[in-house]
Amino acid sequence: MKKPIQDAGLDESSILTDARKILAPQIEDRSRRSFLLRGLTLGGVAMLSGCNLTDNDSVETALSAMSRFNDRVQGWLFNPNAMAPTYPASMITRPFPFNAFYGIDEAPTVEEESYRLEVTGLVTDKRTWRLEELRAMAQTEQITRHICVEGWSAIGRWGGVRFSDFLKRVGADTDAKYVGFKCADDYYTSIDMATALHAQTLLTLTYDGAVLPREYGFPMKLRMPTKLGYKNPKHIQAIFVSNTYSGGYWEDQGYNWFGGS
Amino acid sequence: MPCPPVSSHPRWLRLTHWLNALAVLVMVTSGWRIYNASPLYDFSFPKGITLGGWLGGALQWHFAAMWFLAVNGLVYLACNLFSGRLKRRFFPVSPKGVLHDFWAALRGKLGHADLNHYNQVQRLAYLFVMVDITLLVLSGLVLWKSVQFPLLRELLWGYEGARHVHFIAMALLVAFVAVHLVMVALVPKTLLAMIVGRKEPI
Ligand code: HEM
Repeated sequence: MKKPIQDAGLDESSILTDARKILAPQIEDRSRRSFLLRGLTLGGVAMLSGCNLTDNDSVETALSAMSRFNDRVQGWLFNPNAMAPTYPASMITRPFPFNAFYGIDEAPTVEEESYRLEVTGLVTDKRTWRLEELRAMAQTEQITRHICVEGWSAIGRWGGVRFSDFLKRVGADTDAKYVGFKCADDYYTSIDMATALHAQTLLTLTYDGAVLPREYGFPMKLRMPTKLGYKNPKHIQAIFVSNTYSGGYWEDQGYNWFGGS
Repeated sequence: MPCPPVSSHPRWLRLTHWLNALAVLVMVTSGWRIYNASPLYDFSFPKGITLGGWLGGALQWHFAAMWFLAVNGLVYLACNLFSGRLKRRFFPVSPKGVLHDFWAALRGKLGHADLNHYNQVQRLAYLFVMVDITLLVLSGLVLWKSVQFPLLRELLWGYEGARHVHFIAMALLVAFVAVHLVMVALVPKTLLAMIVGRKEPI
């Protein structure tokens, strides 16, 4: 019974320090595109008698093959009926940490009046959406744990449209493999259809009862408690349904594509 | 009962042991790099002793080597269990026996003539590390797929609890390896046996 509360204690003390520490390595990490070519340091082990793993293409190939294998395993493990735990409002992490591949001041500003969400690909109703139209759809709310690939986690409260409702409304081909996202901060990512249809996958318009603020992804963020933070796009401008793999900002640099939890 | 003339370290054991050592090395060093991305405690690991270069690279190593660690570990446990070797070599083990052998070892009175026989301190240490690696794998499963393994998640005090379990189990594994290496250095003929599997007499 007491466990979740203990949990919150851990969060609160560690999250703030963590969140600060995170930004530095994030920025450092950001420039590392061909990370494997550059970065394999098996430090103490004196680089296996001169054989420098850094220059080793076959290591990179093998590791990305394993990552694709892990995508398949996760797709297979994914249970559409398994729900991520939900929490009472008292356990929300305050302040909820800001996290992106840029600093908080660089978060994009999107104007509500001119904003249009574009929906394309394998959908029958290809058109753009205004925010009021999304607000007019049935809304739901959840308090779930956001888990970052770096290891920290934080509990937050998001509200919006169930993404499966939205996909049905636009006549998406739900047999398609992927749903992709393009964002105002030049972020992009794509997810599997099974996760897109999961009951806890929300096209969120609010955070903690108020309009989603700029730092958390105004005008909208796709929130999936069944996936790691980097899979949850913010400032979404375009959504497309497709059978063609389109990767993602971090995924193309080496983060696992499925990125599920 | 006369012992059948088999190697004290059969081939499957030597193979799984060295594969395990390699998998553990990769898991631990890449794990340190992952830890550094968001340290759970008040310190980080020196970058030079970590594997992967950046978080994404370390995660790739970690999530690749985990399969080798788990599959190899299962093969080891299965062979050990079904050959009856686990029972033969690691049991009985009792607190009294462990204390007795530990005391004898301190006085230099513990023989290593027969590599077919593990003393009780060895038994305990090896049994411990089998359990510890199992715990590492299980807590790792919670960190990797916390939504998909709800029972395991609740048993390990939730996602955040599993982080601590995972870290502590890693620290204990590293401690085991340190002691293990000292012991091997003290009785080097065991290393030969673990490599070529040669039996007595030395
Ligand atoms: C890195 C993680 C390692 C783990 C978890 C580990 C674990 C174990 C275990 C469980 C055993 C008993 C196996 C059995 O009889 O079923 C064992 C035996 C042995 N290991 Fe390791 N080991 C590791 C690394 C190493 C390394 C790096 C060396 C050598 C440099 C080494 C040398 C040996 C030797 C020589 C034995 C046989 C010892 C004896 O006869 O008592 N191990 N190890």
